[in-house]
Formats: sequence, structure tokens, C-alpha cells
Amino acid sequence: MEKLTIEAKVENLPVVTEFISSSLEEKACSLKIIMQMELVIEEIFVNVASYAYRPDVGLVTVYKEFSENPAEITVTFVDGGVEYNPLEHKDPDINADIDKRNIGGLGIFLIKKNVDDIFYERKDGKNILTFKKSF
Amino acid sequence: MEIKKELNGTTLTVQIIGRLDASNAQELTNSLNASLDGVKELIFDFASLKYIASAGLRALLMAQKRMNKQGSMIIRHVDETVMEVLEMTGFADLMTIEK
Repeated sequence: MEKLTIEAKVENLPVVTEFISSSLEEKACSLKIIMQMELVIEEIFVNVASYAYRPDVGLVTVYKEFSENPAEITVTFVDGGVEYNPLEHKDPDINADIDKRNIGGLGIFLIKKNVDDIFYERKDGKNILTFKKSF
Repeated sequence: MEIKKELNGTTLTVQIIGRLDASNAQELTNSLNASLDGVKELIFDFASLKYIASAGLRALLMAQKRMNKQGSMIIRHVDETVMEVLEMTGFADLMTIEK
């Protein structure tokens, strides 16, 4: 398992994205899977960067692990910010008309739609969000 | 991301090049706010847009809401990956999209 610890700031998004995509590229993942992963990474990281330590800045650690047969990536985000389980967020009504469309929750909805499995845990004062994606 | 704007009468064409994500979506919103007065038709050219995240969708929704009041909005030349996100979130039904 490899890890990256970085300040949870939106400016650091490219570093986190690269940490995951570089491995997927090495493993000759399809462009489609890589884009889906970049989307998931962005939505999770930006959420942590925007809310976990507000108004301060804190650290987030990202772990990546690969398994074969079936080929799968497991990514875990760990932050020490306020307790927050994004999976409890209500899904947006994607059929609502434009005046009723609320943008909140769309990022989390995109995360759920693009992973195979995702779970949240609160442990030792940390938020631990893990997802799996086969490729 | 790079934004190219071209105004022809009351038609504004906006080309977005690169990635529309949390680091630059506000830039697009600011750029549109500065250019949409008097515009009746807003055309987005997404031929060179390779990636969109929820922050980008928020910018599009704001543009669509504004154009509903003053004219129309069309999104053209949408890349397959971007289209998938628009469809997944129901945005494809809210907006006029020409592949």
C-alpha cells in the first residue's frame, strides 16, 4: 500500500489526482476508468478541502492499493476534521426541473455512481472513506 | 482550462478548452457574468472540453438559469466522457445538447 499525505487545499487537487492516475496509467487502464477515478478523487478531495477543517487547513492522507484477479484499486481518504459521513447525504432528485435543481449533493452522487463499493468509518477521531473500483 | 469567447450580435459562443473542475469553475462563472448582458443566445462549444466535475456542472446550471430568463443556451460538440457525466446527473435533460 502506498500513501500520500498532503494539505487539504483545492490547489493540491492535481497532486492527489496524479497520485492515483499515474498508477492506473501504468496498469494500462482505459481512459474511461481513469476519468471516472479522477472525478471520484476530485469530489472526495474537494469535499474534505472545503469542509473538514474549515476555517483552518489540515492534512489528508490518501492510500492506494491494487489487487489482481479481479484487477481492482482500493483508495482510502483519511482526515482528522469534523465528523462527516458523506454517504448519509440524500441523493439529489436528478429528474427535478431546473428551478428545483439543487446543486448540493451532486458531487457525492457522482462518487457513488462511479465506484463499485464505498464505505465510511469514524475511528480515533478520523473520517475514513474507502472505495473500490475494478478495471 | 482556457476560455475563448466570441460575440456575434447577440450570440455569444464560449469555447472551453481543457478541464472544468473545482479549481477553475468560478473563473468560468465570473467570465460569463462579465459577458452575458444583452446576450440572447449562449452557445457552449465543448469540442475541447475533456473533463467536467460537479463544480463545472454548478457553473453550467447557473448559466442555464440566467439564459432561461434572457434567451437560450445550447451546448455543442460534447465529448463522450463529459456526456456521460451530463447524463448521469440528469443535466442532459435540463439542457439543449447537440453532440
